[in-house]
Amino acid sequence: MQYFANPTRFMKLTQRLGPLFAAATVLLFGLGVYFALFFSPADYQQGESVRIMYVHVPAAWMALFCYISMVIAAAVGLIWKHPVADLAAKATAPVGAAFTFLALVTGSLWGKPMWGTWWVWDARLTSVLVLFFLYLGYIALNSAFDDPTRGARASAILALVGAVNLPIIKFSVDWWNTLHQPSSVVRLDGPAIHPSMLWPLLLMAGAFTCYYMWVLCLRVRSEIIAHKVRALRLRQAHGWE
Amino acid sequence: MLRSAVILVRRDVRLAFRQGMDSLMAVAFFVLAVVLFPFGVGPEPNILARIAAGIIWVSALLASMLSLERLFQADYEDGSLELLVLQPIPLEVLVATKVFAHWLTSGLPLVVVAPLLALILNMAPEGFWALMAALAFGTPSLSLIGAVGAALVLGSRRGGVLLSLLILPLYIPVLIFGVAAVDAAAEGFAAKPHLMMMAGILLASLVLAPWASAAALRQALE
Amino acid sequence: MGAFSAKGLACVRGERTVFVGLDFSIGPGDAIVLTGANGSGKSSLLRLLAGLAPPAAGTIAWNQEDIRKDPNAHHARCHYVGHLDALKPVLTVTEQLTYWAALRGVSDSGMSEAILTALSDLGIAHLAAVPGRYLSAGQKRRVNLARILVAPATLWLLDEPRTALDDDAKRRLDTAIARHRANGGLVVLSMHGGDRPQGAITIDLTARSALGMAC
Repeated sequence: MQYFANPTRFMKLTQRLGPLFAAATVLLFGLGVYFALFFSPADYQQGESVRIMYVHVPAAWMALFCYISMVIAAAVGLIWKHPVADLAAKATAPVGAAFTFLALVTGSLWGKPMWGTWWVWDARLTSVLVLFFLYLGYIALNSAFDDPTRGARASAILALVGAVNLPIIKFSVDWWNTLHQPSSVVRLDGPAIHPSMLWPLLLMAGAFTCYYMWVLCLRVRSEIIAHKVRALRLRQAHGWE
Repeated sequence: MLRSAVILVRRDVRLAFRQGMDSLMAVAFFVLAVVLFPFGVGPEPNILARIAAGIIWVSALLASMLSLERLFQADYEDGSLELLVLQPIPLEVLVATKVFAHWLTSGLPLVVVAPLLALILNMAPEGFWALMAALAFGTPSLSLIGAVGAALVLGSRRGGVLLSLLILPLYIPVLIFGVAAVDAAAEGFAAKPHLMMMAGILLASLVLAPWASAAALRQALE
Repeated sequence: MGAFSAKGLACVRGERTVFVGLDFSIGPGDAIVLTGANGSGKSSLLRLLAGLAPPAAGTIAWNQEDIRKDPNAHHARCHYVGHLDALKPVLTVTEQLTYWAALRGVSDSGMSEAILTALSDLGIAHLAAVPGRYLSAGQKRRVNLARILVAPATLWLLDEPRTALDDDAKRRLDTAIARHRANGGLVVLSMHGGDRPQGAITIDLTARSALGMAC
């Protein structure tokens, strides 16, 4: 029963938080798209295709943010054996994988008019591709065991090992000369980007974050319910009622 | 501790020699995979010379992964792993010795055979030493990184395919610098910076991999 | 010698609570026999005691000190015999025993004598040079039991050690256990039926398990 103490509290909390995040997602996304399409200027070099940035950059941020969250949740689950942390890590992986995929696809769409090619094998693109494979490996390993706790442990260790990729992604544009441009928003001397472009970017990032939180609430809730169903089945199998 | 390590390595090497063809198979796969390429891309010597380093490295990667599946699996199945964990030796040391034995029996042969393959792929002679040096630094890293994956998939369904999905992405840095070192040497540039990078990767995996594998083994046996 | 005790042990396998609230305390020469239905957690308990898995709740202590504090010290003082006999088909019986004993610090000079004694105690001295692949199930089990005789350790954790053994081997095992206890050793073993070691404490896990409470 001690096992369910926290999940119960968690269920109550997320029941209220879930719809809040959903509303925030819709609101921020609507505003963000409006600003991105009508308020921000077209680039003098890149033309209208610069607007891909408003999806690409937040998606790439989220790809990293989700992985960091997953690593933290996995570590908490591994060290303190916290059941909700395991579920949160598991629930984060597909969302992170989807954002990584989105970042790769939008980057490719942006790269065609910009660089004249869909894909280049530079450090940033390659390391993000590795990130995508790490997400897939995590998901596959998590579901490869008959005992869900073993899947959670094994995949948590994989997530921790894969964390060495994070600094490589972050600094790949600084360490190697690549086609990919370096960061212009997160800088010590303030953002090197005009507010008319910064605002839609931040709005979209907010929308994506809220979307993640919303899906996280939903997925962890459904995992907890699935867990209860399994426990009931087990009781039936052993004939205790 | 040193005595235990020697005993552990000796046993694994003896096992590898007695039961099998495991290490021979890895070498045979390596040679065969490399030999396939001239048929795939055509026998044009210049093209082969240009891509020789890449072919050899990718084949070495796959060959080392092939033999990794058995690294802990056999001991896991017959109960030896349980007993090994219960010996008064730190598990990290145990993992390191098993990886070392694995490298001796399946990584080192690749390093030895590689120049022969470079020869038939028409690689520039300047690249030969760089190739051997790069493989000498790279294959232990592959064994170390692979050990983490091999420990993680113990007891899972579809272990082999899963192992490649987990491990191949992590092999990419070794591949990049390994090929870069050989290419640099073959074109008359210094291979040293790339080899230093590979030594760095080896050191990092020497520190991280035994620790992660030990954690994975512990949870596999719980 | 020392005292081996457990307090408030609980075990969760997968998502199932196997047993809760288990206590015991034994000293030199004592033995515990674990009984209980299939799935009541005999093997799980022995794995907890060996330190292979952490208990879901409670502590296991040697001389009042938690065994998880210094796992290597605990591994050095205990011998575990599980369901699997851990024999390699291509190594001879002597090679395998030498390997395990050397890891526990048996010196090279005393090795062959210790192995010969252990093998004779279990009545398999003639198998010394035979590779593992030619052994029957009962012979494999005897070799695995010989392993714990070669390198002495205070605490024996035996998971159904009589499985596959014939009457002669069972008698030899009982003798070995009695001698180990007479020398101040401790034994925890699980079994189904048969004669229990003299003066052993019996723990019936069915009564402690979630199964038992629901019945």
